[in-house]
Amino acid sequence: MKSNLLMDFSVNKENSTVNIKREFKAPVSDVWSAWTEPEILDQWWAPAPWKSKTKKMDFKEGGQRLYAMLGPQGEEHWALADFTSISPKTNFKYLDAFSDSEGNLNEDFPRSDWNVNFKEQNGSTLVAIEIKHKNLSDLEKIIEMGFKEGFTIAMQGLDKIFEAKK
Amino acid sequence: MKRDIFQAIADPTRRAILVLVTAQALTPNAIAEQFHTTRQAVSKHIKILNECELLEQHKVGREIYYQLKIDKMKEIDNWLEQFKQHWESRFTQLDQVLINLKSKKNEI
Repeated sequence: MKSNLLMDFSVNKENSTVNIKREFKAPVSDVWSAWTEPEILDQWWAPAPWKSKTKKMDFKEGGQRLYAMLGPQGEEHWALADFTSISPKTNFKYLDAFSDSEGNLNEDFPRSDWNVNFKEQNGSTLVAIEIKHKNLSDLEKIIEMGFKEGFTIAMQGLDKIFEAKK
Repeated sequence: MKRDIFQAIADPTRRAILVLVTAQALTPNAIAEQFHTTRQAVSKHIKILNECELLEQHKVGREIYYQLKIDKMKEIDNWLEQFKQHWESRFTQLDQVLINLKSKKNEI
């Protein structure tokens, strides 16, 4: 199924922020559940063929989500999210960091500050995500690492690149 | 040492130099004049940009002129494109999850 819903994606290098906006044809209660309940979140968070696995999640202010991106070759990338603020069906904020499977932070990699906003309009829900990095090199590190490790490349994305290179 | 392009653009002065040499080819002196910093500091930045293969140089008489290598900058755009596709793929999956949620509710 090809989606015709528009996505707005921009990178602001001045303040090291990535902004993503996307509309979903569903009421805000469903979209909120999909973002905040681990068993639903794991169904879509990792682009195929990667899989998302949430080891533990306590969705409340001060709570954490320890999760992994599992690759087709057995790769495991663990991350820990610290929920800093939650306004049900409107907004939640968290600090994301790379970690090991026990949730010990990996200090070699930068943390990012996530701000996820939800707004229902005419039966659809607009989700606006702001990912802030401490500085530009952190943002670039994330992008570069994602590229190198391959988990940001969905198979369909790869196909498109190969098509374009022909 | 092999440097990568992200080191090049991680520094504000280097980004400013890149902007300058996008518009026209400039000598190191002409570039240095634009900044409140020493000629040596600017030379160091130019050296790094050169090592990242972001600059094209050509000699006119005894002067070396630097200009931006556009192809190299496109690499950054490619990286961002990957990042963007990652989100598109994620959201297409979320669309499907939301459809499933809806049909599950209708069954009850």
